[in-house]
Amino acid sequence: MIEMKDVYKTYPNGVTALNGINLSIDQGEFVYVVGPSGAGKSTLISMMFREEKPTKGSIAINGIQLNKLKERKVPHLRRDIGVVFQDFKLLPRLTVYENIAFALEVIEESPKNIRRRVMEVLDLVKLKNKARHIPDELSGGEQQRVSIARAIVNRPKMMIADEPTGNLDPETSWEIMRIFEEINARGTTIIMATHSKEIVNTIKKRVIAVENGRIFRDEERGEYGYEV
Amino acid sequence: MKFRTVGRHVREGGKNIYRNGWMTLASVGAVTTTLLLVGVFIVIMMNLNQIATNVEQDVEIKVLVDRTASEEQINTMEQNIESIPEVASVNFSPKEEELNSLIESMGEEGKAWALFEQENPLNDAFVVKAENPKETSVVADQIKEMKNIDNVTYGEKVVEKLLKVTKYARYIGLAIIVGLVFTAIFLISNTIKLTIMNRSKEIGIMKLVGATNSFIRWPFFIEGMLLGILGSLVPIGITVGAYYYLYNNLRSQIQLPFVEFLPFNPFAWQIAGILLAIGAFIGIWGSVMSVRKFLKV
Repeated sequence: MIEMKDVYKTYPNGVTALNGINLSIDQGEFVYVVGPSGAGKSTLISMMFREEKPTKGSIAINGIQLNKLKERKVPHLRRDIGVVFQDFKLLPRLTVYENIAFALEVIEESPKNIRRRVMEVLDLVKLKNKARHIPDELSGGEQQRVSIARAIVNRPKMMIADEPTGNLDPETSWEIMRIFEEINARGTTIIMATHSKEIVNTIKKRVIAVENGRIFRDEERGEYGYEV
Repeated sequence: MKFRTVGRHVREGGKNIYRNGWMTLASVGAVTTTLLLVGVFIVIMMNLNQIATNVEQDVEIKVLVDRTASEEQINTMEQNIESIPEVASVNFSPKEEELNSLIESMGEEGKAWALFEQENPLNDAFVVKAENPKETSVVADQIKEMKNIDNVTYGEKVVEKLLKVTKYARYIGLAIIVGLVFTAIFLISNTIKLTIMNRSKEIGIMKLVGATNSFIRWPFFIEGMLLGILGSLVPIGITVGAYYYLYNNLRSQIQLPFVEFLPFNPFAWQIAGILLAIGAFIGIWGSVMSVRKFLKV
């Protein structure tokens, strides 16, 4: 599903973010990526949906070699990957419904199927009653649920989340995690970068710890392992 | 692209028109100002062009036949002139006719010339027209080579000068219009750029969700086109209205040879069509240009 071999990344300003990453993630896994700020977590994750390109090394996602992927094919790669961010990245002028429907309009789904699928995922994240609101009218937790709904609405094989609970209070964070587990239980691979010790130590999954641009630790049912 | 996606893009583009309120107004204003100038220029240009064409079309070669030529020789001469490829028409005008038109053109004084009807001192003549006014001199030179010719005239200097003037007038007019159009494109693309600055984040989000560049670009395309069309409405109204007024009021007052305004119908509608097309073009180009930069996220 995800194969990284000897991946290096040096930014134009000279900062080295990744320093030889070798990584393999299988379909259906749930993986935490942990590590101190600036360790390269975000860069590592951004590589997976081709937001960043490696300076050296090869990456394969769903059998697609990313270094051979043409620029205009990138959107097609992303349609198989749901992304969730700390700052939600919702379109501010569209309603909740329209935000989620957008991911389906992009793949030219029929209006009938769009309506059906959007209502399904709204049900999953328990936001049916907020469908006509715009993001600014929602709480942080609700906005994050909208972005999760958008990420999974076209049934991607994997979901990538960059500190999805970073802006949320603990109670809301657990609610988000419950949704993640449900999505993972349906067979979707989840890769989640996080700073939350409680979450990693309570919901035990594979943990990949990144430090100084290298994989420092990779264990099944791991611990967070850092003092906060 | 599926049909329903076209519908979606049109809806989005339309929504953006009112979502961007003031920016829409600014863009429409830029198009309106430019098209007003362009409209006035086109009206002047096309009428000047019409006058120039009238004059050009009137350029004819007069071939005076040698008075000793026999009827047979005149016939062969006519055939020879007709066989020149650049010649459009040849009219034979016998000397009696020449004298009559001379008498007529002189009015009262001309009556004295009537005395000559018995012993006509004039030559038989051919009036020759070239296919293209620019070929007049070529045709005239060829005719000069023929036998039994007394003289060939076509107002060489005047024609050449006139052709030169009309040619430059056309080029200069065209250059001014092109310049105006590009200024407008620049203005619009800058105005739209301002609205996109706000939207560059949104474009980034759309790309993360898997939107292709063209999917993002289409609503902007539609928006630009609508801006251009909206911007062309006022100039069309003013140009057509003003032309209607001028055409009906000035035409009777100005009476000079060759000066003839283009008729209101269909000219006014052609102008409207041209302005609408230029407006849409400016809008589309302006918006597509400005999105291009932000798509390279």
